[in-house]
Amino acid sequence: MRKLFASLTVMGAALSGAPAAIAAGLGQPVEWQMNLQQAASPVMTFITSFHNGLLILITIICLFVLGLLIWVCVRYNANSNPVPSRTTHNTLVEVVWTVVPILILIGIAIPSFRLLYFQRDFPAAEMTVKAIGNQWFWSYEYPEHDVSFDQYLKSRNELKDGEPYLLATDTEVVVPVNKVVRVIVTANDVLHAWTIPSFGSKIDAVPGRLNETWFKAEKEGIFYGQCSELCGKDHAYMPITVRVVSDDEYTAWLEKAKTAGVEQAQEHLAAILKTKGKLALGAAGTSSN
Amino acid sequence: MAHATAAHDDHEHNPTGWRRYVYSTNHKDIGTMYLWFAIFSGLVGGFMSIMMRWELMEPGIQIFHGLAHMVYGIGDTSADAIDAGKNMFNVFVTAHGLLMIFFMVMPAMIGGFGNWFVPLMIGAPDMAFPRMNNISFWLLPPALILLVLSMFVEGSSGTFGVGGGWTLYPPYSTTGQPGPAVDFAILSMHLAGASSILGAINFITTIFNMRAPGMTLHKMPLFVWSVLVTVFLLLLSLPVFAGAITMLLTDRNFGTSFFRPEGGGDPILYQHLFWFFAHPEVYILILPGFGIVSQIISTFSKKPVFGYLGMAYAMVAIGLVGFIVWAHHMYTVGMAVDTQAYFVAATMVIAVPTGVKIFSWIATMWGGSIEFRTPMLWAIGFIFLFTVGGVTGVVLANAGVDRSLHDTYYVVAHFHYVLSLGAVFSIFGGWYYWFPKMFGYMYNPTLARAHFWIQFIGVNLLFFPQHFLGLAGMPRRYIDYPDVFSGWNYVSSWGSYISAFSILIFLWCIVEAFMKKRVAGDNPWGESATTLEWTLSSPPPFHQFSTLPVIR
Repeated sequence: MRKLFASLTVMGAALSGAPAAIAAGLGQPVEWQMNLQQAASPVMTFITSFHNGLLILITIICLFVLGLLIWVCVRYNANSNPVPSRTTHNTLVEVVWTVVPILILIGIAIPSFRLLYFQRDFPAAEMTVKAIGNQWFWSYEYPEHDVSFDQYLKSRNELKDGEPYLLATDTEVVVPVNKVVRVIVTANDVLHAWTIPSFGSKIDAVPGRLNETWFKAEKEGIFYGQCSELCGKDHAYMPITVRVVSDDEYTAWLEKAKTAGVEQAQEHLAAILKTKGKLALGAAGTSSN
Repeated sequence: MAHATAAHDDHEHNPTGWRRYVYSTNHKDIGTMYLWFAIFSGLVGGFMSIMMRWELMEPGIQIFHGLAHMVYGIGDTSADAIDAGKNMFNVFVTAHGLLMIFFMVMPAMIGGFGNWFVPLMIGAPDMAFPRMNNISFWLLPPALILLVLSMFVEGSSGTFGVGGGWTLYPPYSTTGQPGPAVDFAILSMHLAGASSILGAINFITTIFNMRAPGMTLHKMPLFVWSVLVTVFLLLLSLPVFAGAITMLLTDRNFGTSFFRPEGGGDPILYQHLFWFFAHPEVYILILPGFGIVSQIISTFSKKPVFGYLGMAYAMVAIGLVGFIVWAHHMYTVGMAVDTQAYFVAATMVIAVPTGVKIFSWIATMWGGSIEFRTPMLWAIGFIFLFTVGGVTGVVLANAGVDRSLHDTYYVVAHFHYVLSLGAVFSIFGGWYYWFPKMFGYMYNPTLARAHFWIQFIGVNLLFFPQHFLGLAGMPRRYIDYPDVFSGWNYVSSWGSYISAFSILIFLWCIVEAFMKKRVAGDNPWGESATTLEWTLSSPPPFHQFSTLPVIR
């Protein structure tokens, strides 16, 4: 009950103009978040603007229906209108409430198709990462560079300061900023789904199939996702981590990964980022544009 | 002698005691059994949802390791108990879905209200095939027993029950869970499906052949129309489902590889077959609700339904289009972009007839003389909440946005708004509308209104925050979540406790009505309740319409 009260206070604060409480996180959600995670790719930017437009539209529609309901309940209740009319037809009204929704839907469909084809018409890939779902961890391969590694959840006592439990993993997929990354996704055992909300990418991992998605991260930082297709008891315990870095940092990581392995490469990268003060580049995030 | 037998047949020889129900061929008794069955399944499925919300109230695993220990005795070490608890959560997710769909909403709407009121509304003495009606009902308890048994036999190795979600996607439902639990669940669905197909045949025959003189199709009450469309959907879609789960069964037990990539099969094929059934299925769950709401709105606005033909054919249109939109559940499986574009377009078309229905209900109230009796509260609540669930459906129809929302709590919020707040509100509306007719007693309206208002507040508190969770990216079917999601989850769990409390009021309202025995009278709603059931006594005689009514 105390927590409920606290939560109401937070909600009150959020509504009364403390935008930090509801500002969407970059790469990860924040407390009391009410809308999509912050966009870090062109696809997610498009999704966000399209969704927010839809949100306004559907809110108006709901309020319109609510308003009509309240109006008929007030105006036409048995006290204020004791004698009911017998009207059962009005051709004009019926045509209007058929045609107007059609026009609204066409208005929705045009940007919707543009978004869909933008997502699924793949631009020329500048690099490729292969993600393989397993019960219950992800495996990754960089087919162009002969680098491969597994990615497991970090337990609570393995977390370094600020890392979110159930999102942070032991290894990170490292990609350069502003490059088109093709992600090839499959699975070894049962269905899984690979997603990073801030990139607007989600694709099922299906045994026997190679699925494909892409992203172009426009911001450096760390980006989290979670398995999004029920895959058994540890479905909630196989998150996805992608770290977006500059070209130089990526090259440094890749060279180390090829020669000394991914664990050393990760430490190497962490050291570089630490000297630049970019290690904890999560929710704060900076744009490299 | 022959004369004596014939004369004897004219007497009513109603079986009594347990035979009256077990041997029943009477549509009203069978309808009543369906309703009690639905209430029972709803309580079990509701209990599971409360357990899940209790678990999700705070991050970390709260209760399921303890539940697993209590139920299965697993838990020599805490790690074992936690693993068993994680599996049990998935089992609850699965069973909650299957119970609420196949054993609560469908029996209540089609088996319960359909059986009771389709014959009464069309002026028929009974259903066309009374004995088939009996087997339709009596297939359901064994189906329920099989589903419950599945929770106590091995699923994935070392754990109990089916944990793959109500969709039963392979390979998790085949190689992922080799134990017999999935077989139990599949056989349960076979029985429930057979029950529904037989019921569908019965309703189609009844509605087409047993209407009273003058009751043309275009004079049928909208509830009958809604059941007619619904049972056609059942008849056409369930065989596909039966085929799909039979293929699962042979993949599991007889070495076939319909869905196994290593044998040339394809897991996605199952999803196409499943959703070819399951999308019409979700309309099956809501269409009878449309019919119920139309009857209630018309009765308490004291006006005939606005745009009757539009309302009837809107349901036909929803039914037809419902068959060609199935893959909008599968935008993320990797379909070709043009295929996705088609399903976006087809799905959005459904918003048009649905909009026609919403506006026609409001137009029915417009100019009316509205009395806010209990059923009317549920119907008005239904209209608004179904609108909210409908518009989020339009959002999800767009494959581009669904990329972000697929398999998140946004989807959970959407389908609970149309089902838990749409279908269930219409069921409760129908319950309070026809309760005096079915049982002859009037409930306490104050209790019934308390039930409505508390449930209205509870379910909104329960499901509205789930939109936020989904937008923020919280995936569905998760036993545990990052700490930042805890706020809205906490609110949502309180909503579920409040709605659970309202169900206690509902149960008390039934008990109270049977204890007080307030005689309801033939027609408690006044002359605006125009359908034929209100011309009969309450409860109606064991056999009605020995002389067929003539409709002018």
